[in-house]
Amino acid sequence: MNEQTPISREDRLQKLKGIGSARKRVEDARFTQGKGNYVDDFNLPGMLFGDFVRSPYGHARIKNIDKEAALAVPGVIAILTAEDLKPLNLHYMPTLAGDVQAVLADEKVLFQGQEVAFIIAEDRYIAADAVELVDVDYEELPALTDAFKALDDDAPLLREDIKDKMEGAHGPRKHHNHIFLWEEGDKTGTEQALSVADVVVEEKITYQRVHPCPLETCGCVASMDKINGKLTVWGTFQAPHAVRTVASLITNIAEHNIRIVSPDIGGGFGNKVGVYPGYICSIVASIVTGQPVKWIEDRIENLTATAFARDYHMTGKIAATKDGKITGLWCHVLADHGAFDACADPTKFPAGFFHIVTGSYDIPVAYVGVDGVYTNKAPGGVAYRCSFRVTEAAYLIERMIDILAHKLDMDPVELRLKNFIKKEQFPYQSALGWEYDSGDYHTAMEQGMAAVDYYALRSEQAENRAAFDRGETRTLMGIGTAFFTEIVGAGPVKNCDILGLGMFDSCEIRIHPTGSAIARLGTVSQGQGHATTFAQIVATEIGIPAEDITLEEGDTDTAPYGLGTYGSRSTPVAGAATAMAGRKIRAKAQMIAAYLLEVHEGDLEWDVDRFQVKGNPEAHKTMKEIAFASYNQAIPGLEPGLEAVSYYDPPNMTYPFGAYFCVVDLDVDTGVVDVRRFYALDDCGTRINPMIIEGQVHGGLTEALAITMGQEISYDEHGNVKGGSLMDFYLPTAVETPVWETDFTVTPSPHHPIGAKGVGESPNVGGVPALSNAVNDAFAHKGLTHMQMPHDHWRVWKTAEKLGLTG
Amino acid sequence: MIPGSFDYHRPQSVSEATAMLADLGEDALIVAGGHSLIPMMKLRMALPEHLIDIQDIADIKSISISGRDVAIGAMVTQADLINSAELQAICPILRETSLQIADPQIRNLGTIGGNVANGDPGNDLPALMQTLDASYILVSNSGTREVKARDFYEAAYFTERSETEILTAIHFTAPPAGHGFSYMKQKRKIGDYATAAAAVIIALKDGTVESASIGLTNVSDTPLYAEQASRLLIGSRLDDATIKSAVEAAKTITDPAEDGRGPKEFRVHLTGVMVERAIRQAIKTAT
Amino acid sequence: MSKMHVKMTVNGKEIEALAEPRTLLIHFLRENQKLTGPHIGCDTGHCGACTIDLDGKSIKSCMTFVGQVAGKSVTTIEGIANPDGTLHALQEAFREHHGLQCGFCTPGMITRAHSLLQENPDPTDEEIRYGISGNLCRCTGYQNIVKAIRAAAQMLNVQEAAE
Repeated sequence: MNEQTPISREDRLQKLKGIGSARKRVEDARFTQGKGNYVDDFNLPGMLFGDFVRSPYGHARIKNIDKEAALAVPGVIAILTAEDLKPLNLHYMPTLAGDVQAVLADEKVLFQGQEVAFIIAEDRYIAADAVELVDVDYEELPALTDAFKALDDDAPLLREDIKDKMEGAHGPRKHHNHIFLWEEGDKTGTEQALSVADVVVEEKITYQRVHPCPLETCGCVASMDKINGKLTVWGTFQAPHAVRTVASLITNIAEHNIRIVSPDIGGGFGNKVGVYPGYICSIVASIVTGQPVKWIEDRIENLTATAFARDYHMTGKIAATKDGKITGLWCHVLADHGAFDACADPTKFPAGFFHIVTGSYDIPVAYVGVDGVYTNKAPGGVAYRCSFRVTEAAYLIERMIDILAHKLDMDPVELRLKNFIKKEQFPYQSALGWEYDSGDYHTAMEQGMAAVDYYALRSEQAENRAAFDRGETRTLMGIGTAFFTEIVGAGPVKNCDILGLGMFDSCEIRIHPTGSAIARLGTVSQGQGHATTFAQIVATEIGIPAEDITLEEGDTDTAPYGLGTYGSRSTPVAGAATAMAGRKIRAKAQMIAAYLLEVHEGDLEWDVDRFQVKGNPEAHKTMKEIAFASYNQAIPGLEPGLEAVSYYDPPNMTYPFGAYFCVVDLDVDTGVVDVRRFYALDDCGTRINPMIIEGQVHGGLTEALAITMGQEISYDEHGNVKGGSLMDFYLPTAVETPVWETDFTVTPSPHHPIGAKGVGESPNVGGVPALSNAVNDAFAHKGLTHMQMPHDHWRVWKTAEKLGLTG
Repeated sequence: MIPGSFDYHRPQSVSEATAMLADLGEDALIVAGGHSLIPMMKLRMALPEHLIDIQDIADIKSISISGRDVAIGAMVTQADLINSAELQAICPILRETSLQIADPQIRNLGTIGGNVANGDPGNDLPALMQTLDASYILVSNSGTREVKARDFYEAAYFTERSETEILTAIHFTAPPAGHGFSYMKQKRKIGDYATAAAAVIIALKDGTVESASIGLTNVSDTPLYAEQASRLLIGSRLDDATIKSAVEAAKTITDPAEDGRGPKEFRVHLTGVMVERAIRQAIKTAT
Repeated sequence: MSKMHVKMTVNGKEIEALAEPRTLLIHFLRENQKLTGPHIGCDTGHCGACTIDLDGKSIKSCMTFVGQVAGKSVTTIEGIANPDGTLHALQEAFREHHGLQCGFCTPGMITRAHSLLQENPDPTDEEIRYGISGNLCRCTGYQNIVKAIRAAAQMLNVQEAAE
């Protein structure tokens, strides 16, 4: 069975297409031919279609629902309301944040677009007709859309269902619209640091309400097989196993009788982590009718009802010495959670990992307090292409650093260099309780500065400013830097769980007799290319070419239990599980090889795709040979076959970081901001597939551009959503999107089996502050300290006007 | 987003179409490219019982040019306007403006007739037609009439066209050879309506303005012909003071709504910027 | 309202069907013709995921009623591959240059690019960006899409020169 012609070690390595290879994606052949399999592509025999009647009001009492005219439409099968769900105890469902959310509005509606009734009809056209005919009698109530007024004495009572429950999931509630106060750090010590500091800067910084808006909206097909009692749900689920457990808990269907499948997903970005009323209603509808039921959101429903992100009103205070050494950081957040607290955070962290807010800096003392409040807005609070609330934290600290630099009249990059955690301080214990695993910030920053020729840019800017003042140009140049530290890979089971489910992840690998393999994971790709990259990890670990490895995820009947894909956790957690499962296989393979080569296990060494006898590489067994042997030889003391499963509980989070530089030209007369240059250096530890990493960075930066320059879901005082369709919600086209420059350093994670840290979300986390800093910097010499996002044309112009630069 | 039900008709001639309109009255709507109407139908803000598709009517699909007189059939698409070399030769602002409408796919179906007849103040061609002093040909069962673009728009989605009329063609005389032109449009992104936009056409003789015309898009509930601003330029040598006075005159006739593009004050201001930039660009293109 | 009889050519095949006049072309293609390549992303004509080719021109099939295309010829992503079954240069180039991630915009994007290269066989990067400005992508940031389209154009031009 030895190969006929020996090939070089280098060639064998190449052939694996393992870690480090810019391997082309195996997913693409289907997608480029229109053969993807997304949930709306499903068409089961007898399938019915569900559609929602939604609230036109932000806050109103439901006095009556008249279904008669709608039920009379030929093809309408049934209409569900809260009254129908109550006997099943399904009119409310638990949220990921320890609250409950109405599946269908119970006596009151609390946000515009809230689900009021669910039409079940023979096709989507009939269902849409029936939606128009359901007559709901509302009594409008005063709407609360300003989070700053939520805790006023006379603020309207939103959540009547919990009005007497003053102990919430995260401690006492101090007002009927209060959800929690969550605190971390040393409040007294921080206040002391502020009181004695040479310099203190304070700023109110809002990160506006936005939406992940993947190109595919949310949806599902629920199918209850009444004969075998099995419920199958195909849908847009970033975490299928968690959905299965939740579905079992709330429907009382035994968990083994539920199968959740995530088919191809058209982008997630956090939108598809939660459990939505549409899923529950489809399941109930299928149980009631005995037929499969499909529910697919339209875009307006998606933007207005499922999963907003951010909406953090932050106040930051930084204390520093007069020569720029930071001595303390104090933060408070007023967190607008909408009508139900459905934030997708690990249970013990109601503000996610916001306490990464000390960022990349060695800050001796810090304090964070977060007050969550209810308003008449859609629930959500998802991690839109970021780990839980990390992008809000990175935005706050990176803006505050620029504001401090401005106050001290220091260069913002030099201020960063002065306060960075030094390489030799890792592992670093942050003032807010995190242990940063690794980093080399100075190297990354200096590499970035050299790449963009930072000081030359500053000189050019000085010339531009002088020319502006002489009236020779109406364009101002801005330079923005952000140096972010992310915290991803949630997370250690000892402190990370969702609804009590520890946030480990899993991988099962089976080697087939002929030396190919299948790996199954508890994660779900939504475009990240897991089928490509996880096969690369397996390839490197077990020496089977990536091309010979099938990767499967997303089917709870076949995949091992996992917590899914979000928060850049797939590579840090499931990637580690994959490597560990591979290592278990390799350990058994070593025993088999020792038997076959008639040597002691300890006499063997692993080399790319084989075990060879130390000092005698000619004596070897390839993994392919070992695989065959494991199935056809009786090896004393060993079970036949070659497979392994690993459930990986990470010992720590990983801490990717990066240095981003942005140059903008800003037209003060029109408010148009042109991103002239954007350079992104990312350190995500070991790089599994450079091509895919670069693609992730391009995409994340484009989302950062969208958020910084235009995205906003806002509400008027009556609770009407503004900007709830793609007419207004800003998704840049290829024309508005600049060319992105990417670069990297590699600081492997010391605790991850292959040293990888995760990258998908870094560009969003670092991109927003870099872009925003650049826009703010354009005006900094005119006295601006901070302008709120989004930096759209009119707001930029308004800032210029306030600074006396227009007209 | 699913439209309500309707019956679909495809008349083969203008007279067949107008007969249908006379017969069906307000229950019927004309569809050309559909890019204004179909979104409204999907939102159920338009619920016609009959949809009359005029794509088969052969004699409203062509561009004919005689000397400087231009006649454009209603079913000519924005892509056709962009691709017409003849039109580009005598009236290039049509191409420049059309390239700023929506995106390539939409321009492939979107028609000039639909764009000007619908009365959406966000559409770009109506203000251009006012700038060109174009006329619209309206045909009904009881005859044909010609209405100036400058007299056609009454309010958002309300126009001089009655429910029984079809806008079949647009007529205008191209500005004199060598005219300067520009359509300046600021939008949030490709595919968006203007935050403010200005069309400017000027004809110069020895540096003095012989004729000038300025139109404004999406800064009121109708397109606007900036008559006074246009008049201020005529006879001038386009010195800064004159341009400034024209800009101010144009701004005074605007009344934009506040929307996601910004508050009224910004859109009024921006109208001025667009007018000034369009004038300066028109000067550059004049020969 | 009664159903209407529609005839058209879809991916080179003549088809006939009964459909409600209000049926949007995208639903007709996806549900009646089982061509699920074109997708629905926005419902308002902004995202281009539903892009198809109608008589040689890119259009958005979510903004078109089935009756409006009666008698015409429709090409979807399923009809883009070469007649011999091999992948079109664009399909190859999107894979080669990582011009897709989640794949949801890809059918519309490739269909649009296919038409763009017929309008302009040798576009600059800027022309490509304008040419695909009716198609939104949330994953790639467009950079590798532009690269893929440029590479496909070069490949097709070399092929044509060789013929």
